Amino acid sequence: MEFLNYLISGISLGSIYAIIALGYTMVYGIAKMLNFAHGDVIMVGGYISFCTVFYLGLPSWLSVLIAMAVCTVLGVVIEGLAYKPLRSAPSLAVLITAIGVSYFLQNAALLIWGATPKVYVPVVEGSMPLFGGKLSISYVSLLTVVVCIIIMVGLTLFTGKTKMGKAMRACSEDKGAAQLMGINVNRTISMTFAIGSALAAVAGVLQCSFIPMLEPTTGSMPGIKAFTAAVFGGIGSIPGAFLGGLLLGIIESLAKAYISTQLANSIVFAVLIIVLLVRPAGLLGKYVPEKV
Amino acid sequence: MGRVNRGWKGLKKSTKTDFATYLGVIAAFVLVNALRGGGMLSSSLTGQLVPICCYIVMALSLNLTVGVLGELSLGHAGFMSVGAFSGIIAAMSLQRAIPFAPVRLAVAMAVGAVFAALAGVVVGVPVLRLRGDYLAIVTLAFGQIIKDLLTCLLVGYDSDGLHMAFNLSGTLTINDLGLKEGGIAIIKGAQGATGTVTIASFAAGFVLIMIALAVILNLVHSRSGRAIMALRDNQIAAESVGINVTKYKMMAFVTSAALAGAAGALYGLNYGNLLASKFDFNTSILVLVFVVLGGLGNMWGSIIAATVLYILPELLREVRDYRMLVYAIVLILVMLATNNAAIKGFFARIFRREKGGAVQ
Repeated sequence: MEFLNYLISGISLGSIYAIIALGYTMVYGIAKMLNFAHGDVIMVGGYISFCTVFYLGLPSWLSVLIAMAVCTVLGVVIEGLAYKPLRSAPSLAVLITAIGVSYFLQNAALLIWGATPKVYVPVVEGSMPLFGGKLSISYVSLLTVVVCIIIMVGLTLFTGKTKMGKAMRACSEDKGAAQLMGINVNRTISMTFAIGSALAAVAGVLQCSFIPMLEPTTGSMPGIKAFTAAVFGGIGSIPGAFLGGLLLGIIESLAKAYISTQLANSIVFAVLIIVLLVRPAGLLGKYVPEKV
Repeated sequence: MGRVNRGWKGLKKSTKTDFATYLGVIAAFVLVNALRGGGMLSSSLTGQLVPICCYIVMALSLNLTVGVLGELSLGHAGFMSVGAFSGIIAAMSLQRAIPFAPVRLAVAMAVGAVFAALAGVVVGVPVLRLRGDYLAIVTLAFGQIIKDLLTCLLVGYDSDGLHMAFNLSGTLTINDLGLKEGGIAIIKGAQGATGTVTIASFAAGFVLIMIALAVILNLVHSRSGRAIMALRDNQIAAESVGINVTKYKMMAFVTSAALAGAAGALYGLNYGNLLASKFDFNTSILVLVFVVLGGLGNMWGSIIAATVLYILPELLREVRDYRMLVYAIVLILVMLATNNAAIKGFFARIFRREKGGAVQ
């Protein structure tokens, strides 16, 4: 029973990582950049949702929609101002710019909302007892898992069936060729950032419902973990991000319970290293040998 | 060339740049010392001289990995922390054996370098098999693991020698080491190193920068350095002409780790209290920012970028709450400006005019 409890909390934690990793992996797949500011968009999403509930007294579901809208705009603005001018620059320059954006968002949040942690009210409360109360699943966990599966299926359908989704895949394959086929590459990339940021807002709300503390640095660790998850599953692959996130959450939760709380993160990273040594492109990533 | 060139004009361009770099560092050291002697430096700036030296060496060593070897490392602070903690342990336990502080500092820095080099070998063997972003994430992972492991470390010293324990369960305290009367606790797990006798000095920092420069510049201009750069530019082509990939990659990576360890030891011995969490992902990123802004493979660029960017938040103290915000904006604007085609073209035109029409 105990084991099942840890497993369930691992799965819901993993679902949050998966949602963030999906955003990471989409942006990476298309723009070939590590968007270190992604974790901070999560934090902004959490704060927006907090403010709409706390100051405006709006219902939770509406606050999620508002957070998604704000983060979508934020994502597109960041992309337009900071990343678009660097489209042809070396990847390290883009990486440092992303770090600059991350610093900017954290410090802006620090100025606006202060350093004192805010206590977030979870979007849903209570839990569902199972097996006569021996096991309980909180509704937040259930919601997280359901939302994660919906997003995952939605994204797979979107990239597989719609025109925009196909354009995204084309751009991630070969930007030049995509442009020749009449695809507007810049608009496609903006769209990817919009979707990724909206997902980050959802992840922010769920993350804050799971651990109801909100600080300017709330997003950094989940951001790094989700990045790890995306690489774990094979960066650029949507099912890979889902699988990577889920596994990462489960490993973390079980390591915390059975091995050591302090070393839980280290164990997660150690597993990542071992997996990458055996499969250098991640679990579901395609390994493309370099040809001369 | 058949003709033997004498004097400044006859030197190679890279040799001139190297000399200018050494001279610049010496001049800066003399100038800062003169200013300090004249009481012209504020106390907050004086307190930052040693950390600045440490970060300069960190930037130089990371530049070897990122700029010269061409592999993105996001865990460089891990080596710094290995150096810092092993250096602190060495310095604190040798207090009686070597009473003269500068020698003890030198020994501690050497110990820090050796342990960081060992960590570099352990990390390098798996990491250097990977490529690109996968390599980056694994260095990040190792950085986090090193930080977490050091957070669990308990070290004390008494007449029997060193006592160590590994606080995996989180329940051990420094008392469990069973130190004898007169023993000292050096590292107290999550509380980090406390009560360290601070023996770091600006002069030692200067010497360390000169050593780091000499090591890196000589390596870069040697046969091995050319092999390393060939690997950076095209690994397959380099391999096909018989360059041993693992050997040269490890050479650059381990040298870089050792220098970071020495810098870490100096840094650790500059503070009475030091937490392992100081050397987290953000510190690695901070050093990476120095390297990229200074220019990849450009050593004097790293020195200037590290100095300016380390002091910048201090100078921005005027605007208090907004200083990190301003820092972030400056960072983004600099990256946008240095990669803007129009601005690049403008500078290229100016430099071309100065060189008398010489086209690159």
